[in-house]
Amino acid sequence: MLAEIGVASVEEIFERQIPQAVRLGRELDLPQGRTEQEVFSHLSELAARNVSAEQELSFLGAGMYDHYVPALVDMLMERSEFLTPYTPYQPEISQGGLQVMFEYQTAICELTGLPVSNASVYEGPSAAAAAAYMAKLHNGRRRIVISAGLHPHTAGTLRTLAHGYEMEVVEVPLRDGVTDLEAWSAAIGDDTSAALFAQPNFYGAVEDAAALSAAAKATAGDAVVIAQADPIALGVLATPGECGVDVCVGEGQPLGNRLDFGGPSFGFFAAREQYLRRMPGRIAGETVDVDGRRGFVLTLQTREQHIRREKATSNICTAQALNALAGVVYLSWLGRRGLVELGDLLLARTHYAREALSAIEGVEPLHAQPVVREFAVRVDGDLDAVRRRCIAAGVNPGVDARALSGREQDEGVLLVALTERRSRADIDRLADVLRAAVATERPGAPGGDGGSAEPQKAGVAYPMAGHR
Amino acid sequence: MSEIDENHLHADPGIEANHPHHGLAVAVGGPGESPLQRERATTIFQKGAPGRRAFVCPELDVPLPQDHEALLPARLRRAEPARLPEVSEPEIVRHYVGISKRNFDLDSGFYPLGSCTMKHNPRLHERVAALPGHARLHPLQDGERAQGALELMWNLQEALGEVSGLPHVSLQPSAGSHGELAGVLLTRAYHEDRGETRHKVLTPDTAHGTNPATVTMAGFQVVKVATNDDGGIDVEDLRAKADEDVACLMLTNPNTLGVFDRNIAEIAEIVHGVGATLYYDGANLNAVMGISRPGDMGFDIVHFNLHKSFTQPHGGGGPGSGPIAVSDRVAPYLPVPVVRRDGDGTFALDHERPKSIGRLRGFHGNYGCFVRAYAYICSLGADGLKDASEVAVLNANYLLARLKRKGIAEQLPLAYGELCMHEFVLSGGPMKRQLKIKTLDLAKRLLDFGFHPPTVYFPLLVDEALMVEPTETETRETLDAFADAIAAILAEAGRDPQIALDAPYTTPVRRLDEVAAAKAPVISQALD
Repeated sequence: MLAEIGVASVEEIFERQIPQAVRLGRELDLPQGRTEQEVFSHLSELAARNVSAEQELSFLGAGMYDHYVPALVDMLMERSEFLTPYTPYQPEISQGGLQVMFEYQTAICELTGLPVSNASVYEGPSAAAAAAYMAKLHNGRRRIVISAGLHPHTAGTLRTLAHGYEMEVVEVPLRDGVTDLEAWSAAIGDDTSAALFAQPNFYGAVEDAAALSAAAKATAGDAVVIAQADPIALGVLATPGECGVDVCVGEGQPLGNRLDFGGPSFGFFAAREQYLRRMPGRIAGETVDVDGRRGFVLTLQTREQHIRREKATSNICTAQALNALAGVVYLSWLGRRGLVELGDLLLARTHYAREALSAIEGVEPLHAQPVVREFAVRVDGDLDAVRRRCIAAGVNPGVDARALSGREQDEGVLLVALTERRSRADIDRLADVLRAAVATERPGAPGGDGGSAEPQKAGVAYPMAGHR
Repeated sequence: MSEIDENHLHADPGIEANHPHHGLAVAVGGPGESPLQRERATTIFQKGAPGRRAFVCPELDVPLPQDHEALLPARLRRAEPARLPEVSEPEIVRHYVGISKRNFDLDSGFYPLGSCTMKHNPRLHERVAALPGHARLHPLQDGERAQGALELMWNLQEALGEVSGLPHVSLQPSAGSHGELAGVLLTRAYHEDRGETRHKVLTPDTAHGTNPATVTMAGFQVVKVATNDDGGIDVEDLRAKADEDVACLMLTNPNTLGVFDRNIAEIAEIVHGVGATLYYDGANLNAVMGISRPGDMGFDIVHFNLHKSFTQPHGGGGPGSGPIAVSDRVAPYLPVPVVRRDGDGTFALDHERPKSIGRLRGFHGNYGCFVRAYAYICSLGADGLKDASEVAVLNANYLLARLKRKGIAEQLPLAYGELCMHEFVLSGGPMKRQLKIKTLDLAKRLLDFGFHPPTVYFPLLVDEALMVEPTETETRETLDAFADAIAAILAEAGRDPQIALDAPYTTPVRRLDEVAAAKAPVISQALD
């Protein structure tokens, strides 16, 4: 090979191209390579030091949920033909991937009740930020109004990116667990580019999406109404489309994707037709080949960075194709009736769980709004200590809302999430464990010290997330 | 053509078939052998029958309230179910296995897509990523009960810091483009913190499209810098454009021409001289791991594409992962959270960084990608990473040399330089003029030979560009077969350009009407 190139050594290839002054000139300070079985052991050992949803009864949620992922999703995601190609730049040999995108887009349109969808973006919160940027391109205004019911990570992401877009973010408070409609109307004016809310919101409450959309349209006329929705909840909730929402985005993880400690998953992005040519990301479209055969291509690429460069509607390059595949396979597996059955099961169990927990002395529901798969209760006493007691009993009771939001008013608020994997017996066990923990930890309780159950580190390891 | 053994060529990629229009024998490879795959495409929504299903819902095991409205008032409830497919599990499996066969993939053949680093994806990575301790770990699990994950992230941060020569790492960005956005926002925060407002970001005209698109999204104005005769930055043009209003220069080194910019030290001096930051697009890091480090070249910010240099499977277009590493002066602004190691040897997610730009997405980044990248770094180690880059550069130069042979180089000359780094760019301009086929036609004809074509029409400043990146994965035999295929196509075009102009012939579909697709977009399946 060297003779063909005309050099004496591999080193010569580098020597002739890279100035000595910027050569490393030593070996990287990393361990030497290891065998496959050694690496497997090391990674297994690291995995063993995590407590996964397999090892405790977990009610953690707040954006990602421990749904059962059917075996056929794993099997299809592992196929080389889906796992190892790249973006379908050559459509003649990428029909499989392009058709998956087309089918995925169809499924997302059906879920959201909106006519156009892209082929997926990174994940949920950044999808919401991308939607706000699209609104800016659409109407050129500088103000974003957000509901305090948005997930703190969404609000945080939006604030980070809005600073770059040079937009201002204004937050509207909640009232009785849902967005305060009066304050929402008052906040949205002629200068409002986009108005965002979550469905259901961070505290599990189902928002009146139709009322929020109508109010936004009534005040500003042309503000883009953006909903961030839980795709599982969309199986039973009035669709964003029929509620008058312009853009619906969300975190796709609940649709057949693993928890994976937070990623990779996918973000979905659907909109009314008028936004099609400003949407970020890849879009697959149908066409025919020279023989008249049906086929699929990446379309409307004149929006995209590789063509439009600084005039592109977004810098997003690829989609989350493999994760979106899992999403559409999962939705096909659930099917038309299954998605509704799943939603109804979650409604019933979540209602039951909220009643069961609210019956505990020292535990109050945060609000009385309808909930689909997650709800919030306020725990009297040190929530951190209460959680520790539950965890010690093998039950992770849910997310400490304040640790995630950084908001003072979330002190003592526990977010409890369900999936079809949590049965009535599991809920009953949670209620028992929580009852015992609260009884011990309530201020003035006989067995409690009102403080930590265990002497070690207090506080969870993710305070202040998204507070900026 | 004299050097090409046509029989060998045909034997290599696959079986022979008759050319549908010309009666010539052509090589068949890649997808498309089975007549089944040439059936008209039907989507999953067009299959199945009402009432058919795969999912069995767990039993309702809780009492329902007397009043159904108590669960969900009718006005908040969906009127009609989403019209999802009604199919059985075997139908789903057959459908998706069937359409999967209409994809070409890296496991099936050579995939020399320039700037995409299509290197082998070891299956070990899939196995370890699927371990429940990683795959079913909730992102809000308390830090003390996710120590394995946090240690893995810490180790990866440290390794990426060492590879880049920039010690402060955030794993959060979801992809290269997301890392770029993070980098430009960091630059913005850096200047704002010093009380400066700057408006311009410089990018060379060879830059990836994501660079200028990112600049716009981060609220800056793009200013292009010209390329010199060697394929590097035109230093005089840079000097003229670098002023106190410039926030940053975004650079890829080696760049998209496969050229290592020898003037990098001077470039860094000019950029730093006006108080701007130097940003490294890590798309081409596969050329220099263990050989040269962005930090030592003077860069302040670098993004990594874990799906490229660190072999995350490309998934048909995602997921990716785009961590960033930065110098001391940019470190205070890194996105939150970053993983911190405490004095007692435990790990925690650090959100308390007062000057941070904030977060860029939900949770902590694409952890599943971190597991794979970390497994790769563990497998290769310091010596292996360097080997990978050396072989990637050797392979690229060997393939380049093979394509410099007589019969090819007259049609497809190297655009810049003599040697290359991990990739190179040929110009199809002479081929277009002399043989009357364009780079696109060459690419489409390559499909019939069982190869994924290189990146085409990029970078923009090269006429009819063909950008080839073989990676360290490929054997000499594969590189030879690819060079032979190029030679054969050129020879064939010399005899009859129409063959390439009408190609491909053996793929599940042939050339598709992209104009019609964009004119009246149909982007979802029409449903009853």
